[in-house]
Amino acid sequence: MILELPLLVLLVMTAAGAILVKDLVSGVFILGSYSFVLALVWALVGAVDVAFVEAVVGAGLATVFFLLTLSRTEEKDTELRRLPVPKVALIGLPLLALLMLYGAGDLPVFNDPRSPASTHLSPLYLENSVEQTRTPNVVTAILMDYRALDTLVETLVIFTAGIACALLLRNGAR
Amino acid sequence: MIHSHDSVIVRTLGRIVIPVAQLFGVYVLVFGQYGPGGGFVGGVVLAASMILANLIYGLDTKDTWLSRMVLHGDGLGLLLFAGVGGLCLIGGGVYLNYANLQVPGLDEASRRYLGILLTQIGVALDVAVTGVSISISLSADDEDDAEDEPFRA
Repeated sequence: MILELPLLVLLVMTAAGAILVKDLVSGVFILGSYSFVLALVWALVGAVDVAFVEAVVGAGLATVFFLLTLSRTEEKDTELRRLPVPKVALIGLPLLALLMLYGAGDLPVFNDPRSPASTHLSPLYLENSVEQTRTPNVVTAILMDYRALDTLVETLVIFTAGIACALLLRNGAR
Repeated sequence: MIHSHDSVIVRTLGRIVIPVAQLFGVYVLVFGQYGPGGGFVGGVVLAASMILANLIYGLDTKDTWLSRMVLHGDGLGLLLFAGVGGLCLIGGGVYLNYANLQVPGLDEASRRYLGILLTQIGVALDVAVTGVSISISLSADDEDDAEDEPFRA
């Protein structure tokens, strides 16, 4: 796993860069590269489907939407004014990070076959999906068959997003 | 209103890239049951290719046939997804239990396969149309501002 460290460093650098950069258009592009690095990380840990979605949506579609949104704004809107960091955040956020790191110590080891997540329902799906659905890609079988209602409501969310954008932004759409 | 791009390089590359991207989107959609991908990713790739075409060759977003159709077609994919679930209800089973799709000559696993394929096409349709719709909405003109311009009929 020699690739992990450079990728994580790149991930933190692009994330920080997207926040710190002054120009919003540059921020959008750095955010796109952040998504791409994140996709590489997902692919490295074996979550190929998630990596695919992250690369296509995060680095592709979201970037285009951000740029189209910025093209509707004025020059003064895209320049950032930064407020000084409040003291509460300066002390509280590192404490919160320490608390989360402490909590992460109790998480099961990555790839552990005896962890609660991989002993409850996952074996059932992994063993039966080819027989029951003729679908070698288990992720698709889970998303579209075993958990189809969740996917239906997710599709409803996307539909709602499209309708809401049209209602807010289109004048005189019928 | 999206103005078309002037550069010859961009227009020529678009002519090459867009069909390949659309073919890849359909491939990802259809082969989502065998490899990584599926309806959502395929739909996003299709939407991205169509948005790219709009950005390169320009689009009159004011009140065109396309922008209206895209708005109305938003729910088609959702209708396909929910309709497959409804067909399962009619077939005598639980909502979205594809084994109850009444297709003659198919065993239970093949029915589930068919159900997965149909719902994936529904998701892809919904995502692709919504992506194009949002991009058109975002680049739509402000009619209030436009009416103030003196050179408008």
